[in-house]
Amino acid sequence: MHNTQAVIAEQFDDSTQQHEAASLGMWIFLGTEIMFFGAVFTAYTVYRNLYTTAFEEGSHLLNAPIGAFNTAVLICSSLTMALAVHAAQTGKRKRLITFLISTMILGGVFLYVKFILEWLHEYRDGLAPGLHFTYAGPQAAHVAMFFCFYFILTGIHATHMIVGEGIMAILLVMAWRGRFSEANHNHIEMFGLYWHFIDIVWIFLFPLLYLLGAHF
Amino acid sequence: MPEHIAPKKLYYFVFGSLLILTLLTWQIAYIDLGRWNTVVALIIAITKASLVAAFFMHLRWSASVVRLVLFAALFWLAIMVTLTVGDFFTRNVVSNPQAWQASQASVQVTQPVAASPRR
Repeated sequence: MHNTQAVIAEQFDDSTQQHEAASLGMWIFLGTEIMFFGAVFTAYTVYRNLYTTAFEEGSHLLNAPIGAFNTAVLICSSLTMALAVHAAQTGKRKRLITFLISTMILGGVFLYVKFILEWLHEYRDGLAPGLHFTYAGPQAAHVAMFFCFYFILTGIHATHMIVGEGIMAILLVMAWRGRFSEANHNHIEMFGLYWHFIDIVWIFLFPLLYLLGAHF
Repeated sequence: MPEHIAPKKLYYFVFGSLLILTLLTWQIAYIDLGRWNTVVALIIAITKASLVAAFFMHLRWSASVVRLVLFAALFWLAIMVTLTVGDFFTRNVVSNPQAWQASQASVQVTQPVAASPRR
């Protein structure tokens, strides 16, 4: 493997330019992601202000401690991802592999909690609008609206995480084969940006969905 | 410009701060602060997001053009939110002034012939 020498694509002058182009491209993609999630957050803001008490009632039915636990899990996975990038930058192959695997495991824990301990539970409790919604009360229709937002927001967030797990599996194989070094680690770094972005989305989802109705 | 490699200590420090802020936002949510619950939650969330973006995402050491992309996205997001919210919450604010309604009623009563061609 000749991986100590930077692999520079034809169109770039040097590795610095290549690195900046990769960062810029990745951030433009994240900009589109901000708009994508932003649209749903905007809709959430409107409906939450229209049906404030119903949204608090719906939020109260969610399990805030589980949400807090998952937030902590995702923050841990962000740390291991940052350390994976650090290991790639300093050319430590074993550490890189270790931290990639830790990030994947933590991501898996998050998804397990999300789907098995939360979604399945909420489906059985009759809180899934359109599939099984049995919640009764004067504001039931508006509580259903809250759960629509809950499932769509956590659903698109979880989809991003599943995609991230897939990309990480590919990066893990590449790291195993010694494809990354001090000179070549743009893939790891750009994936790190994506993973931290998913973390940021959850940082906003947690208070907006789980903590809204915690105070009564 | 060679890329910056952040010290690992900094990552652990940011990680600790994020966990403390998570604990804080979670516990504050159980106290009833009225409208301020949301404000406090959002301030903590924005602080956490800024920490992640600045240090984990290396924005602190990034080229200005990269930061420009982020600010452009946030600016456009602000336009979307402001116009949408502004539209939704001003739709029913303006009602007909009573004086104007009264004048409309008198027009219909006293000049029914003159008023009808307008229809």
